[in-house]
Amino acid sequence: MALYSEKVMDHFRNPRNVGVIEDADGVGEVGNAKCGDIMKMYLKIRDDVVTDVKFETFGCGSAIASSSMATELIKGKPVSEAMKLTNKAVAEALDGLPAYKMHCSVLAEEAIQSALTDYYSRHPEKRE
Amino acid sequence: MRIYADNAATTQPSHAAIEAMLPLLWEGYGNPSSLYTFGQRAKEALEQARADIAEVIRADPKELVFTSGGSEADNQAILSAAELGRKAGKRHIISTAFEHHAVLHTLNKLEKDGFTLTLLDVHENGMVRPEELEAAIGDDTCLVTIMSANNEIGTVQPVRELGAICAKHAVLFHTDAVQAVGHLPVDVKADHIDLLSASAHKFHGPKGVGFLYARKGVRLTNLIEGGAQENGRRGGTENVPGIVGMATALKESAARMAENAERISALRDRLIEGLREIPHSALNGDSVRRLPGNVNFCFEGIEGESLLLLLDDRGICASSGSACTSGSLDPSHVLLAIGRVHDVAHGSLRLSLGEDATEEEVEYIIRNVKEVVAYLRGFSPVWRDLMSGKAQFIL
Ligand SMILES: Cc1ncc(COP(=O)(O)O)c(C=O)c1O
Ligand SMILES: [Zn+2]
Repeated sequence: MALYSEKVMDHFRNPRNVGVIEDADGVGEVGNAKCGDIMKMYLKIRDDVVTDVKFETFGCGSAIASSSMATELIKGKPVSEAMKLTNKAVAEALDGLPAYKMHCSVLAEEAIQSALTDYYSRHPEKRE
Repeated sequence: MRIYADNAATTQPSHAAIEAMLPLLWEGYGNPSSLYTFGQRAKEALEQARADIAEVIRADPKELVFTSGGSEADNQAILSAAELGRKAGKRHIISTAFEHHAVLHTLNKLEKDGFTLTLLDVHENGMVRPEELEAAIGDDTCLVTIMSANNEIGTVQPVRELGAICAKHAVLFHTDAVQAVGHLPVDVKADHIDLLSASAHKFHGPKGVGFLYARKGVRLTNLIEGGAQENGRRGGTENVPGIVGMATALKESAARMAENAERISALRDRLIEGLREIPHSALNGDSVRRLPGNVNFCFEGIEGESLLLLLDDRGICASSGSACTSGSLDPSHVLLAIGRVHDVAHGSLRLSLGEDATEEEVEYIIRNVKEVVAYLRGFSPVWRDLMSGKAQFIL
């Protein structure tokens, strides 16, 4: 029995949207070195739509795959929708994660929320 | 292609061990406790195995109890010594923080039961200091349990010196020699060992079988009550094929020990030299006093599980002490015990070479570990902060 689903391994081996956005409109970093997973998300936002997203991750296979999947799920989506992304949705899109790895997908959700919070703090007028 | 570099986890059963087991599975399946000739043949095979193993570690055959492996031997050794201590009114045990969980969890159980525990410092190099052991021994001490060789970082303790100190103070000395037996010389008498645990699958024998050496006069407490097998010290019909496979594997390992150790140590040192070229990396454990095949590194800025998965894609079987490989939030207790902070302990890699390792394999491992570490650092936010000066390098 493989540790991870094919989907997880695909996103782990070929992570989508890896990198940085130098002039990002929102940046969020979550996790810490103590627990072993750290994620950083960079967002580009135009007309309330996430036009580009990049990530950097220090972490296990499930953390890298979750970051990658999360970026795919919000890219091109309205900010209001991105804000609602849950870790469950990330895990489901990956065809599931082992129970003890669910915290890695929570980090992906939190990283996006953190980047959006940063965006709103730079553009308070956008906050409904 | 597969490069098996995880011999500390388990080893390939030797051809001779399997060959020795088969007849006992096919035809010689008699119960060694039965009195008819067919059963007594199995008994003979069992006792021959006991004699063979005893000879390798310089014990008396009567001093060996066959167990289901290293964990059971550790449990029985420690609980027996504690029971003897309890009867003598002694409730202090000395060990180290980097023992195998079969030892540590048993000690934790005893702690809840009123025993006090002193865990000796294993320092940055993963070595116990004999003078610190001697200083820790008190009138109340009933047991010292220190592993011969560490399963993660491979450091080899000065067992004879530690044993001599215990003998001088008349304290029982147990050593978990699971990683040492079959790889390093063991002489229970010269080393002053009262109790020793070993496991067949670490020296090319089958899984689920091991032995406990208990010096004559050291009374064992049963973990398993039952029949009169093993002189009443462990109930249950013996795993005759497994035990015979174990003895065969051990004889073989012992016969080639010096030659193997020399060859594998040279490959190990080349592997260490190659991996040291990776910037901001560090070898874990003493560079000289370590098991012939053991290499353990920390690489700053990356996490161990992703490293293992990518090495697996390249055909390399290895292991890591990262939290995400253990299923807990904490990285390896061994790495923490030698003072590695969480940040770098998560990025550890253990490679344990076997007797059939080749120079080509070692060069392949070096090349691929370098590539994978560089690739993972390429999108690690931790590495970015280190490189930009936002965070300070630890290694
Ligand atoms: C040092 C040490 N002690 C004990 C054990 C447990 O041995 P077994 O798997 O035979 O129970 C191991 C193996 O993982 C080990 O490396
Ligand atoms: Zn993780």
